[in-house]
Amino acid sequence: MSLQQQPALEPEEAPAVAVGAPLSSQVTAPVAPGRSGRLRLTLRRFARNRLALVGIGLLVLLFLLAWVGPLLDKWSYEDLDFDAFLQPPSGDHWFGTDQSGADLFAQTCRGLQKSLVIGLLVGLIVTALAAVAGASAGYFGGWVDRVIMWVVDLLLVMPSFLIIAVLSPVFQGATWLIFVVLLAAFSWMITARVIRSMTQTLKDREFVKAAKYLGVPTWKIIARHILPNMASLLIIDATIQVSVAIIGESGLSYFGFGIQAPDVSLGTVIAAGTTSATTYQWLFWFPAGCLVLVGLAIAFIGDGLRDALDPNAAGAKAKPGKARRKAAAARAAASPQTSEADVLGSK
Amino acid sequence: MGRFLLRRLANYMVLVIVASCLAYFLAALSLNPRSNFESKNPRPPEAVISKTLQEYNLDPHTPVFERFGHWAADVATGNLGKNVKGGSVNDDFGRRVGVSVRLLLISTLLGSLGGVFLGAWGAIRQYRFFDRFTTLGSFFVLAMPIFVIAISLELLAVNFNHAAGSTVLQYTGEYDPDVNGFWAQLLSRFNHLILPTLTLVLVQMATYSRYQRNTMLDVLGSDFLRTARAKGLRRRTALIKHGLRTAVLPIVPLLVYNVVLLFTGATFTEKIFNWHGMGEWLVDSINTNDTNSVAAVSLFTAVVVLVAGLLSDVIYAALDPRVRVS
Repeated sequence: MSLQQQPALEPEEAPAVAVGAPLSSQVTAPVAPGRSGRLRLTLRRFARNRLALVGIGLLVLLFLLAWVGPLLDKWSYEDLDFDAFLQPPSGDHWFGTDQSGADLFAQTCRGLQKSLVIGLLVGLIVTALAAVAGASAGYFGGWVDRVIMWVVDLLLVMPSFLIIAVLSPVFQGATWLIFVVLLAAFSWMITARVIRSMTQTLKDREFVKAAKYLGVPTWKIIARHILPNMASLLIIDATIQVSVAIIGESGLSYFGFGIQAPDVSLGTVIAAGTTSATTYQWLFWFPAGCLVLVGLAIAFIGDGLRDALDPNAAGAKAKPGKARRKAAAARAAASPQTSEADVLGSK
Repeated sequence: MGRFLLRRLANYMVLVIVASCLAYFLAALSLNPRSNFESKNPRPPEAVISKTLQEYNLDPHTPVFERFGHWAADVATGNLGKNVKGGSVNDDFGRRVGVSVRLLLISTLLGSLGGVFLGAWGAIRQYRFFDRFTTLGSFFVLAMPIFVIAISLELLAVNFNHAAGSTVLQYTGEYDPDVNGFWAQLLSRFNHLILPTLTLVLVQMATYSRYQRNTMLDVLGSDFLRTARAKGLRRRTALIKHGLRTAVLPIVPLLVYNVVLLFTGATFTEKIFNWHGMGEWLVDSINTNDTNSVAAVSLFTAVVVLVAGLLSDVIYAALDPRVRVS
């Protein structure tokens, strides 16, 4: 068996390859015990996804742009250059200027900062809220379940855009954190439903019952036994919620219902430029481009995470080496099951 | 099944009533219709403002429960009240629903059919060029807020018109009021539809194709499809009759849900391309502090969500034999 001589064999694939081999010759793969093994495995699978790495790179660049960019630019986001109104991008103003002479690069960086912070905060709050609400509804059942699910249904029926917009005069002048809370309050429901149904199935598993009869307090069961079992769902969902929040925030801010005057977000930067955007197009393309890049980076990362955390995903597996492909072919020939490629395969 | 649906309906009804009442209270408490009259030039006397507002049931000085009582009693008889200009909200409503439907009908059809096609074909050609291209494309579209897509298209149209030297592509409003004659007007309407439709179709295709690709991939690996091939069906027939039909099934409730939701309008698209539909109304009514209109929009949205939810349940039950039998 030439397989065993391959040192590059990875722990995750080892059992699958060694299926046909006698037990004694199984590779003792260097699996680190416990948590670090899972983490390292996920990381390795993640790193194999080129698009996900592009996403990480993009996001790092965007964070650098948001926080390091303003240090390099000689204009602050509050400065007005009275010698340059509506000037196209140049060496002096990298992204051009708007009608009052403000530097668009500084504005965009400032807006990017706020948009990123809002996205991360909302993503965090939403996931926590959904985890607590969903797990409690699923675990306790009965009237707790009914009340929480009723709130979920109610919030789904309420038009969230309209409610936040109607409330916008109320938080005008107040801190933008209220806006974050409102955004989060209207986006946890669907996730909570999913978590609830997963909890319902986990609740009857032996390890949860064992913990329960050993007298572990309920909150500890939920925190230690239920939620870690859906870690992958929570991680992926948090990623998605970040981009949903950034898009939602920019939309509301675009109409003036979101982030208010002294604060700047990408939505308000775009909104400020739209009136003159048809003639002075850089006012739109630069901030909008940043917004799209944020969304794209997060989508790539989310997709990579999903593949890395899902044991069945084909995309994250290592490309089969020559020897392994031969073994796979031998296995396929031995088993009566034909692979789907033979039936529906390429013409 | 019938009893289940009835219980569902009753439950939803309660939710709709609670949601629209809450929305009314929020709107009545946080919006200030008085500002519309105070900013008028010349400014009407205080007493006149109060009297007019009271007549419209919009006066912030009236206790909110009293206003709510009037509003609820009117709504129960089918009267949605008066807007800040004194016109009937019902009239606005009828006009705007029409505009939204004209805007969204074609785009919804194209978007859902196109999405199903792209997704299914992408699944069949998994990891080939077509699949990679559409996957990347839909990532790109989904990463964009819809107003970014709309404005981008608008700016591209501006550049295109500039290059062409005349206004080839229209991007404002629903039709050109200066155009006369039936065919010329039809053409003008069609031209005005292109950009907003393109915006909506892009978004919908991107969304549906993701779902459709996933369900189609599940089906492609299934035993029944192998059986269909084994009994001698051609690949195309097996894929369409046995594969696609099964794979579309889980998407249908989603489609129905979205088709019904189209009545609430496409806020960003309507606002950016200046269509005076339901979506624009939502933003404008808040900006003009028009409490009754806001209440009407939220009531309508809640009802539409309810209908969409019920209808997608029913259709799913009708299509899926497993649900139908049990």
